[in-house]
Amino acid sequence: MVTKEKLIDFNSVWEYSPAPESTDHVKLDDKYDLFINGEFVSPKSRKYFWTENPATGKKIAKVAEASKADVNSAVKAARTAYDKYWSKMPASERSKYIFRIARIMQERSRELSVIESLDGGKPIRESRDVDIPLASAHFFYYAGWADKLDYAFPGRKTRALGVAGQIIPWNFPLLMAAWKIAPALATGNTVVLKPAETTPLTAMKLAEIIQEADLPPGVVNIIPGAGETGKAIVNHPGLDKIAFTGSTVVGKYIQKTLAGTGKKYSLELGGKAANIIFEEADLDQAVEGIINAIFFNQGHVCCAGSRLLIQEGIADEIINKLKNRMETLIIGDPLDKNTDIGAINSKAQLKRINELVSAGIDEGGTIYQPTCALPKSGYWFKPTLFTDVSQSHRIVQEEIFGPVLAIQTFRTVDEAIEKANNTPYGLSGGVWTDKGSKVFKVTKQINAGVIWANTFNKFDPTSPFGGYKESGMGREGGLHGLLPYVELI
Amino acid sequence: MSNNGSINLSDFLNPPPVDQIGIEERVARLNKRSIKKNSKLSALKLALSMIDLTTLEGKDSKGKVRQLCNKALHLHDSFPDLPNVAAVCVYPPMVPTAVECLKESNVKVASVATAFPSGMTTLQTKLSEVRRVVRMGADEVDMVISRGAFLRGEYHLVFDEIASVKEACGEAHLKVILETGELYSLDNVRLASGIAIGAGADFIKTSTGKIQPAATQPVALVMMQAIRDHYFKTGKKVGLKPAGGISDAKTAIQYLVLLKETLGVEWLTPDLFRFGASSLANDLLMQILKQANGVYQSANYFSKD
Amino acid sequence: MKKRLEVLKTYKIYIGGKFPRTESGRYYLLEGKNKKPLANICRGSRKDFRNSVVAARKAFSGWSGRTAYNRGQILYRIAEMLEGRREQFVSELILQGDSAAKAEKEVNISIDRFIYYAGWSDKYIQLFSSVNPVASPHFNFSVPEPTGVVTMIAPEESGLLGLISVIAPVIVGGNTCVVLASHSKPLCAVSFAEVLHSSDVPGGVVNMLTGFRSELLDNFSTHMDVNAVIYCGDDKKEGKRVMENSSLNVKRPHIINTKDWTKEKAQDPYQILDTQEIKTTWHPIGI
Repeated sequence: MVTKEKLIDFNSVWEYSPAPESTDHVKLDDKYDLFINGEFVSPKSRKYFWTENPATGKKIAKVAEASKADVNSAVKAARTAYDKYWSKMPASERSKYIFRIARIMQERSRELSVIESLDGGKPIRESRDVDIPLASAHFFYYAGWADKLDYAFPGRKTRALGVAGQIIPWNFPLLMAAWKIAPALATGNTVVLKPAETTPLTAMKLAEIIQEADLPPGVVNIIPGAGETGKAIVNHPGLDKIAFTGSTVVGKYIQKTLAGTGKKYSLELGGKAANIIFEEADLDQAVEGIINAIFFNQGHVCCAGSRLLIQEGIADEIINKLKNRMETLIIGDPLDKNTDIGAINSKAQLKRINELVSAGIDEGGTIYQPTCALPKSGYWFKPTLFTDVSQSHRIVQEEIFGPVLAIQTFRTVDEAIEKANNTPYGLSGGVWTDKGSKVFKVTKQINAGVIWANTFNKFDPTSPFGGYKESGMGREGGLHGLLPYVELI
Repeated sequence: MSNNGSINLSDFLNPPPVDQIGIEERVARLNKRSIKKNSKLSALKLALSMIDLTTLEGKDSKGKVRQLCNKALHLHDSFPDLPNVAAVCVYPPMVPTAVECLKESNVKVASVATAFPSGMTTLQTKLSEVRRVVRMGADEVDMVISRGAFLRGEYHLVFDEIASVKEACGEAHLKVILETGELYSLDNVRLASGIAIGAGADFIKTSTGKIQPAATQPVALVMMQAIRDHYFKTGKKVGLKPAGGISDAKTAIQYLVLLKETLGVEWLTPDLFRFGASSLANDLLMQILKQANGVYQSANYFSKD
Repeated sequence: MKKRLEVLKTYKIYIGGKFPRTESGRYYLLEGKNKKPLANICRGSRKDFRNSVVAARKAFSGWSGRTAYNRGQILYRIAEMLEGRREQFVSELILQGDSAAKAEKEVNISIDRFIYYAGWSDKYIQLFSSVNPVASPHFNFSVPEPTGVVTMIAPEESGLLGLISVIAPVIVGGNTCVVLASHSKPLCAVSFAEVLHSSDVPGGVVNMLTGFRSELLDNFSTHMDVNAVIYCGDDKKEGKRVMENSSLNVKRPHIINTKDWTKEKAQDPYQILDTQEIKTTWHPIGI
């Protein structure tokens, strides 16, 4: 049956009143220093940068910028901590420290959620229900591994690498810190971590928590900064391992830079996942899945389902339902408990999204956005669909890292799989079908590290995450997430 | 729909599958909507206006029905600007009493029929019962489907029976009770919803209240999706009535959120949405007063009828 | 009476299940003891390499789609064929300068190594998989899948055993590969390709080139349709170069610097894991 497009009125009556999460429970300083050797120290660079609230453009706090000399001190502290405490300690004791971090994070979860939303622009519903609980769960999971590593890799024992340099992105600030720090500590490494320059605050709160948990000084060092700080970490000769999550461009730079150094590395890079909807799927849930795949965290998700492939016969119906569903998305104040889509993380990211969306229009794509209004100040972008696009369009090929979905149709299973795999990336994918055998066939054929069948954008500490091809190498999470931090002996 | 525009059962026999986990996730997500201040107050009043104040017990008496009608007409007279409930819902023998009590008001009289709650009787008996309650003045008829026939796969029988009852209703509105607690799966709920809608239901209703589980939000969401698909295809609006087990304001508001974000604001009216409930009204009233004067309320100050 | 004239073998390269000469028409002379000419070996070109990658890519979906049991059978068949031609391999090793005893031993271990990896075909997945107890109503599991097309610079010093030790774990895991044989000891590599050809290994799964490392190293490590590169050797500069080149398309680079391939440590399932990707799949559990 051909479905005519029909938009339902969702908003003219009974609008939800503002329901802002209160911020009075949150303790934020005006200024944050580097966390090195268990203490907060002012940077040798004497430089500070402002971190701002992307929903308002207002400054929140000054944060120290680590220079090369500061990176040096941090690496030195981490090395001493490795030699003196962390490698000497019984694994069961190490385990208890990590459990402690998990517990304190749970206790302070509300504060952490609010800061995450303030600093990064993500809806409080997500930081409260996803980011922060998952971050503490990640510590909880890896804590238990610390004294069980002999069982992890049959026939082999493990040895810690030493000191790990870790660089994390701005899309899931605290969660990414947890993904990096927890397995590194559990396997017996010490850490120098650089949070992203637009979202350093929860990492600095994590530093407080680590202090509160009384970890030996230097086991975890957290040093904010931008690209130059990252470069200094990557190039530092005193590190045994680099773990990076971020863009494929930077990932390639790191891989090249580390050639011949003997340093181990793991990379979690970009993606351009296809979400494939077959006609026998539960269409209403598929629409929910599409929404969750691309609009979760404003689309600032490396595994976002940014390409939608719909089987031809249901394309009109799905697109109609999708447009209706988009009308119900609430865009605005990240701290409002009803907000579905928050602010774009930074001015620079907004610029990139605008640029790619313009390219989409210039190349002949048809753009659709819902009728919602955007706040006046801060950085915002409406949830966006593109139809009439093909594999050769930039918005189909390039990672936009924003709430922009490119829609194509297909006829056969083979065509869907071919289109899904026609990308240099291979991080994730989605399949929607009610047919069991098809689930296994198609998920097997998609070349990507995480496949969601009849669901999307689910995460769990026990579940390995990471990419094929240019989406990176190594896994984070689960048993497989131990491997990047150990040498097998 | 067939080419000549008439409705066939076959149009409703292959609904899309329903993923239970997906539905539950959607409900959980919508339950996180935080309804505060003005939006809460208007939701409470709206919910009040959607209530089918119900008494369906073997021991029901005329006196009990009169009390209930009184309650419908005087929810809490000391508080101004309260809406009426939508209807009073009773067993067939009580219809004349309810009609008499409510004749000066705009509160409707609804009667269960078709051998409620089991539906275990002949079609002839069901139809004569329906004709009788309509003749006695019921504005609305709440029928039950033959779950036995449905579960045996005799969908045509279910479909034809609903269509016959609809015809017997004449001007009266027909609510079709699926008794989802006996349908066992969301797929069945979706299928039964389609059959009822196709056969001419004005409303589809979750439950009799006599079987557990009665109304649940996942079931209601699936029924809303069936209603929405029918609307997308035909432009026709079918109503929904969750009934049984909805006793507090918080749950009622959660249903309204589901409704608004699935079917849109046009369904936010007693013409298209009802709560089948008895104790819900008082909890809504307590919350309305709390919103108005900021003090938590006690049940002792609200009439229990 | 005159001795019968020996029929000499032409050593060709192996691409897509065929034995062409190098498209470049070039060769290098392989000499044995006392500068005795042994063979004119193909000096493979970058075009030969390019064709090999095309063949390997084409063969990938079929090979990776075989059942684990079937791949195990085929690897076992390779060992059988090796066994049947053991004399040839022994004599080639001797020609390339090994003592008879050493040659004998190397061939024995080579055959056994294939048996070893053949046995892993339907076990490494069990070893490296996991079912993950996620905290939501979902079934979640992780399994290894082959990385794709793998290029290999085979060990220079160990023309048969070293070669086999790097090929076996790669193909048992469902990958296809392009191999550059030892420059100084290429005879067994070409003969091994003939073994593969008669062992039910589909064309394109292993492509064997001979030639110059210095000439092909960059191509082996830069090609954008190659997913992993294995470099055997201890040349720091070459190793670094391979790793740098790998960054062009985030290839998985592996530097293997095994000195003694006869040791038991030279074989283990973690070498299979080196050219595997872990895939995690989620599905709701409901009714």
